[in-house]
Parts: sequence; C-alpha cells; structure tokens
Amino acid sequence: MHPRLLPYLLLLPAAFFLCVFFLYPFFLVAWQAFFTDAGEYTTEFFSEMLGHWKFEGALKNTLILTLIVVPIQTALALFMATLVSGMKKGRDIALYIWTIPLGISDLAAGIIWLAIFEQTGFLNSFLYTLGLIDQPQTFLGYQSKTTIFVAIVLAEVWRATAIMLVILVAGMGLIPKEYYECADVFGASRWKQFTRITLPLLKPSLQTALILRVILAFEVFAVVVTLGGTNLPVLMSEIYVWQFDLRDAHVAAAYAMVVLAISILCTLVIMWALRTPKEARI
Amino acid sequence: MAEINIKQVAKRFGKTQALHSIDLNVEDQEFLVLLGASGCGKTTLLRIIAGLETASDGEVWIGGKRIDKLRPKDRGIAMVFQNYAVFPHLTVFENIAFGLRMQKLDQSTIDKRVKRTSELMHIDSLLERYSGQLSGGQRQRVAVARALATEPSVLLMDEPLSNLDALLRMEMRAELKTVLAESKTTTVYVTHDQVEAMSMADRIAVMHEGEIVQSASAIEVYRDPATQFVGSFIGNPPMNFLNAKSSGNGEWNIEGLLLQGPSDRTAIQFAIRPEDLQLCGVKSSTESNTDQLIEPDKLHATVRVIEPLGSHKLASCKVGDALFRVVLDSDSSVSAGDVLALKPLPDRVRWFDPESNKAMA
Ligand SMILES: Nc1ncnc2c1ncn2[C@@H]1O[C@H](COP(=O)(O)OP(=O)(O)OP(=O)(O)O)[C@@H](O)[C@H]1O
Ligand SMILES: [Mg+2]
Repeated sequence: MHPRLLPYLLLLPAAFFLCVFFLYPFFLVAWQAFFTDAGEYTTEFFSEMLGHWKFEGALKNTLILTLIVVPIQTALALFMATLVSGMKKGRDIALYIWTIPLGISDLAAGIIWLAIFEQTGFLNSFLYTLGLIDQPQTFLGYQSKTTIFVAIVLAEVWRATAIMLVILVAGMGLIPKEYYECADVFGASRWKQFTRITLPLLKPSLQTALILRVILAFEVFAVVVTLGGTNLPVLMSEIYVWQFDLRDAHVAAAYAMVVLAISILCTLVIMWALRTPKEARI
Repeated sequence: MAEINIKQVAKRFGKTQALHSIDLNVEDQEFLVLLGASGCGKTTLLRIIAGLETASDGEVWIGGKRIDKLRPKDRGIAMVFQNYAVFPHLTVFENIAFGLRMQKLDQSTIDKRVKRTSELMHIDSLLERYSGQLSGGQRQRVAVARALATEPSVLLMDEPLSNLDALLRMEMRAELKTVLAESKTTTVYVTHDQVEAMSMADRIAVMHEGEIVQSASAIEVYRDPATQFVGSFIGNPPMNFLNAKSSGNGEWNIEGLLLQGPSDRTAIQFAIRPEDLQLCGVKSSTESNTDQLIEPDKLHATVRVIEPLGSHKLASCKVGDALFRVVLDSDSSVSAGDVLALKPLPDRVRWFDPESNKAMA
C-alpha cells in the first residue's frame, strides 16, 4: 500500500465516528431550525424565538456572564500560572489542588454553591453565628438578581478557572528560561518580563485557553439553573425549556443555531486577535 | 570605573563542584579572555558575575561595590549568551533595542544605536526579520549587537563568535576589539578558541576543572605555562613533555640528551614547544648504519608521520616511548622512519614537577 495513504486510512474510523455522532445530529438540528416538519424552508422559528419575551434577556445574560467571567478567569489563571511556574518545590501539589474543581461536574458545583447561598446555607449560618444578621437572608430570591449573578460568577470562576490554568502552565513551561535571564540582564522588571516576554510567547496557549473557555461560557447551564432557577434565563436554559417544557424542537434548534453562531464568531475574533506570524514563533 | 573583583568564588551543583575557590581581578577597561576546555566552568563563572547563578561561596565586586546580592539588572552589565537567547517574537531591530527600551531611551537614540551596532555586526540588512528567519551566525551577531547597544560598563560575552566562518570571525574579532577599546568597556570574554584568545586578550585566564590555573598575557601563557595543562592546552601543536632522569649535580638525562636543570629534585619533566627545536641532522632510514652515534647535546627522534601544513611541516615522532612533535621547515625532505637529531633552544626549555604538574622556576 502507498505509505501516503496510511494516515488517511487510520483517520477514517474517527472521521466516520464524527460524521455519525456529530455531523449528522448537527444537520438534523440545523434542518429543524430552518425547515418545517413538512419540509418547507421557513424563518418562522427564528421569528418566534426573537419575538419571545425571554430571548433578549437570555442572550444578554449569557453575553454579560461571559464578559465578566472569562476576563476574571483569564487574569486569575495567568496569575496562578505565573505563581506555579515560578515555584521550585510543591509545584505539582499546588497544581493538583487548584485543579480539583475540574473533577466536579457543573451540576455538582452548582449544588455546592447553592448549599452556601441558600436560606439555610453555610453563609447564612456563618453570618448568624457571627451575629451580623438576626435572621436568615434570602440571597437568591427573584428580587435579588444581582446577588444571583454574583453567586453564578463566583461558582463559575471557582469551577472552571483551572482548565485555563492547566493550559497556561503547560504553555509557560514551553518558554525557555534563558529569555527571562536575558531580559533580567537587560533591565526588565518582573512586570516588564511578564508583558514583554511571557504574554507574547504565551499567545498560542492563551488562544487555545480562551477559545475553549469562551465556548464553554456560552454553554453555561447547570450552575445557572441551580443558583438562579428561572429567574435568570440564559441561552442554554432556554433551549432546555423549549425542547422539554414547551416541546418545540424547532425553536430550541433555532436557539442552538444562535449559540453556534456566536461561538464561531468569538473563535474567529480570538484567533485573529491572538494570531502569531509563523516566523515569530518559538 | 568598572573593575571586577572575584573573591574565592565557589559553585557546587549538587555533587559536582563546578568552580573551586576562584580569585580573579579584571581591571577597569581590561579585555580579559577566559579560556578553557568544554565543561571547565567558564559559563558558570560568567553567570555568577552576571547574577544569573548564585555562588555557593565567595564575593563578587564591580566598581568597588559588592554586587553578589543585586539583581542582574542592577549590576550595570550586558551579556551575550552562549545560546544567544534572541527573542523569537521580536524583530532583529526590536531585539537590539530591547535593553534600550528598558532604559527608557528616546526613539531617536534607539534608532541611532541600533543602526550603529547593526552595521558594526553586518546585520543592518536584517533588521525587519525575526529570529526564526536567521542563520545561527546571524542570530549570534544579533545577540552581540544587543549587548553592545546598551553601552554597558561591563560586558560579558560567552563564545560570541563561535558560530561564524573563519573569515568573518577574524573581521568581527578586530572590530569588536576596536569598539570595546574605544568605549572603554571592561570585558570578560569566554572562548575555547585559543587563537581568538591570543589575538584579542589583554590578559588570558586559563581555566581547568573549575580553577584558574594561570592568568597572564598571551605571550606569557604561551611561553611560560604555569602548569602542564596550560602547556598542552595552549599552542597547536601542544608543548612536548618528556621524563628526565637525574644523573646528579643538577644534570638531567632526557633520553640521551644531557641538560643542566633544577638540582633539588629526584624526578622532573622536560618540556619544549615543537617550534623551539633546531634540526641538526637527519639519518635516513635507508642508511645501513642504524647504530647511530649518540650525541649528548641532541635529542634523537624517530619520525612517524609528516603532515605538510603549508607554512611548515609537522613531524610526529617518537622519543623513547613518548610522542614528540617537531615543527620543520616546509622545504625539508624528512620522511617517515628518519631519525632527527634535535637541539632544543636553551632559553625555551621549561621544567615541570611531575607530582604537582606545576612549572619550576
Ligand atoms: N545547572 C547545572 N546543574 C548541574 N551541573 C551544572 C549546571 N550547569 C553547569 N553544570 C556543570 O558545571 C560544569 C561547568 O559547566 P559550564 O557550563 O560552566 O562549562 P563551560 O566551561 O562553559 O563549557 P563549554 O565550553 O562547553 O560551554 C560542567 O561540568 C557542567 O556539567
Ligand atoms: Mg559555556
């Protein structure tokens, strides 16, 4: 057999698998978003989605959550990765501890934070014991959207920063030590070393981490539902509602198309913003 | 004033002792070359001066100030790294300008300095390129230009020309030397190329297994090696060494050659450079009379191999069981198997103590 064909042959099973379990359902969903059950092309499902009173809120909430959570996580992950990379001893232990939340499902994470914030939760009993409040407070009620928001941001940061951390630590490990030594000799402060050397050389890892994280942020669901219930609709929870409560797979599919569109758009923007010319790589 | 004083600096890496108690003074504006075999600790010593490595022991002073607790950036130095460390994400221009930007110089000064140093290193046509688009030698010159551009009072260079072709290296050598003398820079220059060392150095410090065995002018290091190692490391071909037997009253027998030497020893080594021998006679191998007559003021060497090297011929011979090299005139018609009668130039003979390997007065 021609040796050039071998890689393609080896890729075939995986490609087949992807086609059956990813591309096919994807086309089904896309079909459902644009075609009626009778098979006619229509934009009616999109109009229905756009016309629904919860759509704007869901879109806004998702975007705002992403815009708040992702920058916080990026900054935090960069900071933690710098700390970990600078450690001589205990580096692995620190990394293991910081990545524990990665092993917890988002639903479980939501429940953990619910246990903190709910009326009979840890926070209330803590404040009560300290004597700061004389009766349990409702933190997550329908009037206190901001608190719900803060709780979700906290839970998300706690839960999903580590995925960025892991990617960034690996990326920092790829930057040769001598660049820092050189910068040190030529008078660069720690901060200058970070901005002039670490950040530019970390771009490829940062790109990967950001794309991964932003896409996951658009798909935020379980944490929002556990902490906010129906008080804080997001795109994913709306898909769930349309699919299973309102039993309209077409509108749910239209929502899915929106999530897909903004994911692709953001991926492209991130790829462009953090591009590195080929000749300027390590 | 930027003299460097290194006081009893030692460095251990776990079990390996990379440096044993080094004492070295580099005068203000001096060009000192650190010369030594691979792995003898040259880079380690340079990195300790730069502050990239902390000494296990000892002190480092620059310009009368103790600096071994200071960060590298506060030591007033620039450095050319052995592995260049040219930043891959910056163009050649920005690489050279790196130190200048850190000093917050204005753009016109930066432009001027980058232009000057890049022209000096012959890389002025490459300013827009990235490191990945350069050859090894070009990258190395970027590293040198980057260090020169900051106009430091102390410049540390770790084999900065090792990757250039012979011609370019010779040219760069001369230009570097001129520029550094003009800018009154104190320079520590690491190399294991002895020609480079001899041609550039005000002073050569020869390192061997983590120690400085001799630091003196090029000619002194060549003529009067302090140890056997220096004699065999410097000079191509290296110095010849032969065991001498005492025949009493300070007279020594070196495979038949009788010479007056130090009198207070029982064992001693005779040493002479291959070019410091006078050829007094050749006995061809075809001559039947092999029962040569031993003259007591000559060494008798049997030629093994002749290498014609253009300017001269190098004869590798045997004297007794020892290898002995002789530089011959390029016209000489000596061939393998011949026996040479050689007379050492009296003022070029050196004696070494075979126990300590040190030179004897
Ligand atoms: N970080 C380190 N850890 C352990 N040993 C080291 C380290 N750096 C250097 N050494 C050892 O110290 C000794 C001196 O090394 P150094 O790099 O100073 O040699 P060098 O004279 O610069 O050699 P070369 O001419 O090959 O560059 C070597 O035996 C080396 O193996
Ligand atoms: Mg070295």
